[in-house]
Parts: sequence; structure tokens; C-alpha cells
Amino acid sequence: MPTSDNSKSLNLKDIKPSEENTETNGTEVFQTLVIEDIKYKTRLTKKFLNRKVYQPADPKKVLSFIPGTIKKIYTAKGKKVKAGDKLIDLEAMKMVNTIFAEENQSIAEIYVKEGDMVPKNQLLILFK
Amino acid sequence: MPVHEEFARARKHELFTNKRFMSLSSKSSDLKRRMQEALRGGGDKAIQKQKATGKLTARERIIALLDAKSFHEYDLFVEHAGRDFEMSDKYLPGDGVITGTGTINNYPVCIFAQDFTVAGGSLGYMHAKKITKIMDHAMKLKIPLIGINDSGGARIQEGVNSLAGYGEIFFRNTQASGVIPQISVILGPCAGGAVYSPALTDFVFVVDKISKMFITGPEVIKTVLGEEISMEELGGARVQAETTGNVHFFAESEMECFEQIKKLMSYIPWNNQKKAEPFPKKPPRVRQYSLEKVFPTNPRQPYDVKDVIRGICDDSDFLEVQDLFAQNIVIGFGRMNGYTVGFVANQPLVLAGVLDVDSSDKAARFIRYCDAFNIPLVTLVDLPGYLPGVDQEHAGVIRHGAKVLYAYSEATVPKITVITRKAYGGGYIAMCSSHLRADFVFAWPTAEIAVMGPEGAANIIFRKEIVEAENPDEMRKAKIKEYKEKFANPFVAAAYGYVDAVISPEETRDMVIHALAISADKKVDVPLKKHGIPPF
Repeated sequence: MPTSDNSKSLNLKDIKPSEENTETNGTEVFQTLVIEDIKYKTRLTKKFLNRKVYQPADPKKVLSFIPGTIKKIYTAKGKKVKAGDKLIDLEAMKMVNTIFAEENQSIAEIYVKEGDMVPKNQLLILFK
Repeated sequence: MPVHEEFARARKHELFTNKRFMSLSSKSSDLKRRMQEALRGGGDKAIQKQKATGKLTARERIIALLDAKSFHEYDLFVEHAGRDFEMSDKYLPGDGVITGTGTINNYPVCIFAQDFTVAGGSLGYMHAKKITKIMDHAMKLKIPLIGINDSGGARIQEGVNSLAGYGEIFFRNTQASGVIPQISVILGPCAGGAVYSPALTDFVFVVDKISKMFITGPEVIKTVLGEEISMEELGGARVQAETTGNVHFFAESEMECFEQIKKLMSYIPWNNQKKAEPFPKKPPRVRQYSLEKVFPTNPRQPYDVKDVIRGICDDSDFLEVQDLFAQNIVIGFGRMNGYTVGFVANQPLVLAGVLDVDSSDKAARFIRYCDAFNIPLVTLVDLPGYLPGVDQEHAGVIRHGAKVLYAYSEATVPKITVITRKAYGGGYIAMCSSHLRADFVFAWPTAEIAVMGPEGAANIIFRKEIVEAENPDEMRKAKIKEYKEKFANPFVAAAYGYVDAVISPEETRDMVIHALAISADKKVDVPLKKHGIPPF
């Protein structure tokens, strides 16, 4: 996937390694890193290849902002909630955090039940 | 009856039946008996357990690290101060830590080693007192401090007193920072407070499969978060050396680790008022590391910059620091004409040598270390700039990248810069340019000092011509070529005096040695201040 020379924006796609671009120098096979339209032959690190790809926040999704335990669920699938209504109590680090609705919405799906242990950024509730 | 109970009972008995006028020889044999008891550490069983995991005991470690027969121990008879939870009946030899003085390469050091066989090397009040006492010695005597850490963390039974102990150690680490060299060796699982003291010291050493460091261990993570991870994956030596950058030297065995420490100690001065001891000068092994062989002129081709460093430093002997972390920048010690210098070099072999969050942190800290300990800096520049990407921006590459600017600007040791190939944009400024007060900037004829790479620049400057051309691709190529010829060279910068000399690569060693020699007594007036506010 070679990048076109006239691409001005430097998005993540531009600096992905591409097999077409690998080249052999002696015994080592190098990968390509594109910076400011220049393709450099180089090694890519594990950390670089595993970097987190950016995902914009989705207002339809409620994610756990901290890992913890679901203490209480105040609503149910199909119900309507108003801005300011309580949705879920998430206990983490010895504190109970209440998650409130930000807008008037209706619940499409709840993905957890009381007592569940959730990691960070897990989908808890999906709005319609 | 367990040893400690037997001992406690005997001691109690002695207190009441003590014959007040023993002969000298019986006093001496009494001393010997007490010493033997204390030197047994946690007892045979615990020692066997320690050895079964491939670890040396605390005392063996000290003896292996220091010059032969140089170790002298103090505070052997210190006893723990725990009063609650039936601790008062327990006997903990030396309270789980061995402290003393000795020599490395015939220079004096203060040292402590936590003894895992005694209550898991846990840190109680008196344990901490022994450590802070030897730290105070090191500061008074202005000699290096080496800490061998093998501790499960705070001794829970001693409650807030063990926290107090940690606090006292952290305070002294900070006070001593930049005054005496502080070296931490992690030789066991170190959790919680036990890892913060090493984090405050200059260099941290780990050994594969033996060292583990974390703030909260796998058990806590499992109960609180439900995530399962092994100690090794969470904070093993390799993770700390490759991923976190918390440590500086990685070894396969404890003996290799001690050799690394001795080698490092040969490069650094004993305190911040001194300079590192010079060594007999030796030329580099040029046949193996001829610049002609290791250095490609095409700015897009990678090469190992360590070979270039070896091509110019004494005996081609380069001690790399943090060789597994953020490999897109190389830092370490070498000698020029016998004198220690700190090398900082972009590594085109990895990520094209870009500056990013990790490599900026790594370089900036090393620059500040060298500045604090009077070690001149030699910087080799070949980078395309800062790494673009959302992850980098969101990780705060602005703040981290600024550390390099801060560290170089702040440093008052002699600063010599050699620009070998690319020096584009912000990367050019950051890598010890004359604007950040490099004393001498040399450029090879292959240097490209420009605001950005020719391709990117041509696309912006000649956008209109390219878009409007009949054949945009050809026009672009022509414009890139035009820009390359005009700006991708060292002579534009040299014309403004930003580069002091354009030199041929073979001259580099002589030029750098001369520059270092004449700036040996460099003095810089810094504005009066308590301290700056670096972008931590």
C-alpha cells in the first residue's frame, strides 16, 4: 500500500508498514516509514506496531471509564431516560461512581448485569 | 524450636544472668557467637530457597560486586522495632538489610543490600534507618551509593513506621540526585514503595527472570480488576527494559549485571564536583568500523549509528544505556582521547531515527545526567523529525519532545554536535543545534539541514505549479530535485554560521577531540534561579 506522493495529511495509514515496499539490504529486510512524503527504510518497533488506533467517542455508547464492578443498574432495555437520570453504579478503587445520562435517550441494549467485573472501556449501554 | 525463638530466649536469659566481668577472650568469643548468629540471615532453609531460584544471597551479592576483601559491614546488630502482632518475640538478623562500605575499581562506595531471606526483605523502621544512615554517609563523603533491592515492600506489621521509612529514603534519594551517583540493582520481586526509590536513582539494573518491578502486583490486579497477568508479563526485567523504560541495564545473570555496574562506574565521576577519571587514550578500531563501510549517503537508507559511534570513540568501546528501550535514539558512554563523553545519536535503523515520546524522555534524562556530572555531550544528528500520529499527539509528544529542547538548552557542559545526514525541522533544532548553545556544530558534506525534507517541502512550496502542470508527477519530481540541490546540503546553514565547520567524515574524531579539549574549562553564567520548571 504505497502512499501517493501528493498526500499532504500524515494519517496513520501513511506510516503502516507495507510488504510491497520492503527491501533487502544484505540479510535484513527493512520496512518503510513515511514521514513528510519521504519513504524511509527502517525497522519498526513492537510498540509502534501495537500503538492504539484512534477512535472518536460515540455518543450512543456508554463505556466503563475505569475498571471495576457493576454495583447497581437503574434502568433496563427499551426504557427511556432523561438527561441527569442515574444509569449505573460502577464501583472502582473503593469508590462508588454513578454514571448519569447526558441526554434524553432510550436504551437499546445493556451489556452488563449487576455484579459483573468490567475492564476499562467496556461497552456498558447502547442507546438507540 | 526455631532459631529466632531460641535466640530470643537466650538473650532474655543473658540480660538477667549476665556475668558482668567476662574475660576479654570470652567477650570476644561472645561477639563471634553473636556475629555468627546474625550472619546466618534467614537461616539455611530460607537461603536454600533463595538459591533454588538462581539468586545469590544479599551478602554474596555485595562481595561479588565490590573489589575483593574491600567490604566492611556496619549495623549488623540492629534489631527491628516492631511491637505489634507478636513481632517483639521475633529475631530478624540485621533487620533484613546489609549495609556497609567498600571499593569498586579501587574507589570508595556506600552500599546496601536487602536480604530476602529475612522476612522477605520487607522494610520496617530500623531496616529503613540502616539504609538512610548509609545514604547519609554517602552524601557526607560524596561517594556513590549502590542499593541492591530484593524486597517484598513495606513490613505490614510495622504499619505507618514502614511508610515513614520509605519517605525518608525517597527524600534522601532526591537530595542526593545530581550530587552523588546513585545506582539501583533490582534482584528480586520489588513491589509498591520498593520500586520508587530505584525510580529516583540515576541508573537501574535488572536481571532476566529474577527482577520484577510493579506498583500493584498481579494479585491486586486480579482482585480489583479481574485481569489475569503473570509477574513476568506485568513487570519482569524484559518488560521494564523494553517497554516501560524504567530501567537502564538488562543482564542475563547476576554476575553479568555486576560486570555491567563495574563498567559503568569506570565512566562516571564519583560526585558532581569531580570529573570522570581519564583512561589511557586509544584509537578506534577503524578497520572494523570504517565510516566508508558503515555509512550510506542516501538519506533513506538505514545504518546502525552505533557503528558510527564506535568508528570515532576510543578503542571503539561504547557502553550503551537503555539499549532495549526506544531504540530510535541511542545514548551511552564512550571515551574521546581518554576522557568520558556522553553520546546521544538518532538511530536511522529503528523508526528512521525519529524523536517520539519515548525517545525524547530517554535522551532528555541522559542529557541531564551528563550535565549534572560534568560529562561533555557529543550529539550525532540524523533524523527526519518528530513522529507523526494521533497516538503520539495524544500521548503528549509536545510536552515530551520539549524535554529534549529543555535538557540541551539547560546543559552547560561542553556540547559538540555532528550533523551526518538529515536534520529537518524541529528535529534539527532539538538535536543540540547552535541555537540551543552547542559549542561546536560540525556537518558532514552529506548533511541536509532544512526546514523539512525535499519531497514534503516541494509539495507545499510548488503546490500551484505542480497542480497546474500538464504532467504533475514530472513537475513534482523536477521541483523536488530543484529544492534538493538548493537546500538539501550543509552550506545554507554554514552560510549563516549555524554550522561552524563542514568537515569530511574522517576528520570527525580529531575535530571532536580538539573541540572537547579547548572547552574543557567551559564556564557558563546561568541566570539566578532556584530551579527551572522542565516539562516533566
